[in-house]
Amino acid sequence: MQLFPCPFCGLRNEREFHYMAEPGKFRPDTSSQISAEDWAAYLYDTRNEKGRVREIWMHQTCRELFVMERDSVTMNVLGSTSLRASAGEAAE
Amino acid sequence: MNKTYSALNLFREGLRGQRGWTPAWRSPKPKPKYDVIIIGGGGHGLATAYYLAKNHGVKNVALLEKGWIGGGNSGRNTTVVRSDYYYPESAALYDLSVRLYEGLSRDLNYNIMFSQRGMMVLTHSEAEMEMAARQVNAMQINGIDSQLLETEGVRKLAPILNFGREARYPIHGAMYQPRGGTARHDAVVWGFARGADSFGVDIIQNCEVTDVIVEAGRATGVATTRGEIRANRIGAAVAGHSSVLAQMAGYKLPIHSYALQAFVSEPLKPVMDTVAFSPAYGTYFSQSDKGGLVIGGGLDRIPSYGQRGNLPVHETVLGGLCEMVPMLSKVKLLRHWGGIVDVTPDSSPIIGPSGVDGLYLDCGWGTGGFKAIPAGGYMLAHILATGEHHELSRPFDLSRFTKGRLIDEGAASGISH
Ligand SMILES: Cc1cc2nc3c(=O)[nH]c(=O)nc-3n(C[C@H](O)[C@H](O)[C@H](O)COP(=O)(O)OP(=O)(O)OC[C@H]3O[C@@H](n4cnc5c(N)ncnc54)[C@H](O)[C@@H]3O)c2cc1C
Ligand SMILES: [Zn+2]
Repeated sequence: MQLFPCPFCGLRNEREFHYMAEPGKFRPDTSSQISAEDWAAYLYDTRNEKGRVREIWMHQTCRELFVMERDSVTMNVLGSTSLRASAGEAAE
Repeated sequence: MNKTYSALNLFREGLRGQRGWTPAWRSPKPKPKYDVIIIGGGGHGLATAYYLAKNHGVKNVALLEKGWIGGGNSGRNTTVVRSDYYYPESAALYDLSVRLYEGLSRDLNYNIMFSQRGMMVLTHSEAEMEMAARQVNAMQINGIDSQLLETEGVRKLAPILNFGREARYPIHGAMYQPRGGTARHDAVVWGFARGADSFGVDIIQNCEVTDVIVEAGRATGVATTRGEIRANRIGAAVAGHSSVLAQMAGYKLPIHSYALQAFVSEPLKPVMDTVAFSPAYGTYFSQSDKGGLVIGGGLDRIPSYGQRGNLPVHETVLGGLCEMVPMLSKVKLLRHWGGIVDVTPDSSPIIGPSGVDGLYLDCGWGTGGFKAIPAGGYMLAHILATGEHHELSRPFDLSRFTKGRLIDEGAASGISH
């Protein structure tokens, strides 16, 4: 069993966590015309990288979403930040 | 020199001290240019090479494998073969595969030990029985030999299961496909390799593709750890590494890679001569000819390229097995392992153009592509030879995600194989 760090609750059992998505996708504006290609890319395309990854996870016990960085080969966790903090970083 | 495997040749070689056998395939140096390059020496890549040569006469072919052939999922799976899928498109493709498997030992002159011992999916409530009846009806309309069994029918085929009323999930019945079963995974890989080699295909191991050469929007070759190799048509069957290859060539895929794990026990006297899967327990198992129980379960919960096992899945799968067959709880495990599988949103494969001209895919088989090795290779060979889809592969084109025509086999391939 692996321990994952929730930015709010600390280290917890991996089973309490759920992988959600890769960050960086923005939902197309559905009030205007969207091509089928753009909509499909939004829904389905994934980078699915080997090695260092940034992903959005949910800690199901506290229902908070956060960004976890980890290595998808070694499974080492490299860091976790709340979505708000990581959005702040992106805005800077 | 003996090229054909037969009882007579075995006898003759026995008298000569087995000195006349030759290697089942050559280990040639890569040439700078071929008509077709196939990336990935799993079952799908090797079957593609075999059918390209056999069905289409395309023999100037290189198959590139980064490690050893069969070192990926084709040598790591639990070997279940079946075609009881829900949608007509899937039934047609997977049943072609079962029919090819039925003739494969003879076709390849290589015993792949295909054993049609039947495959059952257990139901544990009246509601599940009703859903199973609906699925079986759909499958029968698709021409698949699927049947609904009541508890007594299950007991006759697999008396070892836990039929107690006190079981965590009491058995109500099962969906059963008699033509399903198991095959020897290494033999499927080696048989296709030997067959392809005999037509002149160059099987090149320890040759990792590190980049795809794209010129004017068209794939024209690959960079490898053994030098640059050119071809105008490239087929890719790299399973869990499909996204890594996509990144090299510049196309996008809707795939997540996960580890899928399996277990084998110490050898036992025969206790089980069919395959049983319980979605409720999250476990399936069969018994190999050597006596080992071959046990599998669901995907890991965490996307990963780490090709190894981990404890949460052990607990679920083995805990499930002990409930499903309590008398097996004292059996010792011999080995366990993981393989990296390529999971699509609809649990169906991706076959056809990649988006980069000249590069074609046979991937996305996820947790269930061993059963599809002959059909996957048959389709990709057809596409590489003709530049067109086969009528059975067309529904599995990557464009289905843009058109919204998904073939959602989550219920059929969710975990069972
Ligand atoms: C534990 C487990 C149990 C399973 N059980 C079943 C089952 O019971 N029934 C069933 O139908 N399916 C099952 N599957 C799924 C099945 O094993 C796969 O779908 C199938 O083997 C895929 O075959 P493949 O040839 O596409 O991939 P693989 O056999 O994985 O071959 C891909 C090859 O590509 C090579 N490669 C990757 N990148 C490169 C590169 N850059 N350059 C060169 N070579 C490269 C890899 O080394 C590998 O050998 C199971 C899988 C696992 C892991
Ligand atoms: Zn938390």
